[in-house]
Amino acid sequence: MTATAVRPVVTDAKPPVRTRRRAGAGLGLVAWLVGIVFFLPIAWMALTSFHSEADAATNPPSFAASLTLDGYREFFGAGGGASPWPALINSAVASIASTLFVLVLALPAAYALSIRPVKKWTDVLFFFLSTKMLPVVAGLLPIYLFAKNTDMLDNIWLLVILYTSMNLPIAVWMMQSFLAEVPVAIIEAARVDGAKLPTILVRVVAPIALPGIAATSLICFIFSWNELLFARVLTGVVAETAPVFLTGFITSQGLFLAKVCAASLVISLPVLAAGFAAQDKLVQGLSLGAVK
Amino acid sequence: MTATTTAPSAAPDHTRPTVRPPAGRLRAWATRAPLLPALIFMIAVTQLPFVATLVISFFDWNALYPDARSFAGFANYGDVLGDPALRKSVWTTILLTVAVVLASLVLGLALALLLDRKFKGRGVVRTLMIAPFLVVPVAAALLWKHVLYNPEYGLLNGLLHYVGGPQPDWISSTPLLAVEASLVWQWTPFMMLILLAGLQSRDQQQIEAARVDGAGDWQIFVHLTLPHLRRYLELGALLGSIYIVQNFDAVFTITSGGLGTANLPYTVYQSFYQAHENGLASAAGVLVVIGSIIIATFALRVVSSLFREEVGRA
Repeated sequence: MTATAVRPVVTDAKPPVRTRRRAGAGLGLVAWLVGIVFFLPIAWMALTSFHSEADAATNPPSFAASLTLDGYREFFGAGGGASPWPALINSAVASIASTLFVLVLALPAAYALSIRPVKKWTDVLFFFLSTKMLPVVAGLLPIYLFAKNTDMLDNIWLLVILYTSMNLPIAVWMMQSFLAEVPVAIIEAARVDGAKLPTILVRVVAPIALPGIAATSLICFIFSWNELLFARVLTGVVAETAPVFLTGFITSQGLFLAKVCAASLVISLPVLAAGFAAQDKLVQGLSLGAVK
Repeated sequence: MTATTTAPSAAPDHTRPTVRPPAGRLRAWATRAPLLPALIFMIAVTQLPFVATLVISFFDWNALYPDARSFAGFANYGDVLGDPALRKSVWTTILLTVAVVLASLVLGLALALLLDRKFKGRGVVRTLMIAPFLVVPVAAALLWKHVLYNPEYGLLNGLLHYVGGPQPDWISSTPLLAVEASLVWQWTPFMMLILLAGLQSRDQQQIEAARVDGAGDWQIFVHLTLPHLRRYLELGALLGSIYIVQNFDAVFTITSGGLGTANLPYTVYQSFYQAHENGLASAAGVLVVIGSIIIATFALRVVSSLFREEVGRA
């Protein structure tokens, strides 16, 4: 875990191949250990979610307690609590709809910034990026007042609009970098052969850019699904999203660890799935296309 | 507002070979058209509210007394800067951001160096390490608050129990550190991913050449790897800062802003959502923006230099 473990030993001469290989195997073991330490809280969360509440709250921890689905039953409302389904459905609507809007707006924009660029296209690109650096809290109050005066409070479509604006700059940057990978020569060749623009887009550009577009969509989905501040301030009973539902667990309610773990795991599953699916393009998306 | 203050002039237009249609005003608008919906949408949804915030910040306006609204000049800014609680939240924000970014950057570098080597199951370990970043932030904060930190039956004290260690109440005794630890756990994978990409873009021939010339691993790390990683470290630090300056989820969930952990976003949230002080909240919001613009100016410069390199290479 410590940095010293990683640092190769200072040597004057090149070490013989055998010690080098042995050091390599040792560092592999260290990497495994560190990976397991980092994953431990998640593994423990998963294990606890399958324990009974009594077994979940013991010290020392009971690793080998019998497994049960009670935590999940409780979370889904078996014990008389609020059902999480409306919140999960709201989150799905907000995330999927905003991602679709982002695609509709970002794809043409990325086209105009890469394949057939406008003048000063880099300035436009950096304008999009600079909006991402404006903190959310700065616009929160006027948006709240606007929503209140137009009866848009507690309306999931308001979140859809806000999440679209939250993700659009990331999507424009990512897609610009993916579309820029389409060789201009191929597009020219297709044009010379008499292909019209729609044909070029579908037959030439799409196949090359599709994996990137898919990864962009997954990353936008993750950010929308995770968002708390807007959802917390702008929604109430009707449009509550999954993270807002989770804030109901902030204050302790007696023995409820298994239920908390089940809830956290279920609500994180879509993000874990989307994140692992987009793993290869994750860095490019998170660094706004700066790192490939 | 932000574009003018922050965007550095990036790569010149002619670096990338492009398909240029014949000139003409109509043509120019046809080229611009696909860009306009996204551009107008962004200006309407992100820039207008900020202008409104700026305007409101000059008013004395409590939402509970809407009739008593009056122009206040810079009074709100005076109140924000003069209020010890708010001043403390500025300090907390800086402390939280710097500590989390530095710790996750150092840990992320160590992990990236470990993962840069070939070993059995490297892909699995990489996946295990990314996982913390892919837990919904509120869920991660709940996990740390209830499942790990709980003084009676949390995992941390459970593990301490085995070695006969003390049984501290983590959140009460070290509240800010408790929030920071959970954030470092979530952000280390992010730093690792960026730095790993940096490590893998090193010039292998150069490293081989240095090794043939008798350079040791440590010398290669200091003289070749670190200089190459510099901009990736900068990028990780700046992007991390932008996200963590704005952090709300962890503070809200783990301590509810109590015990001296209220950062600026939480304070802004609280002053208008609970205290209904619209003018004060806006002034605090503007201060967050000014802080962010300072970070963002550097961030944009780093992104721009990486971007120029990419465009130049294409």
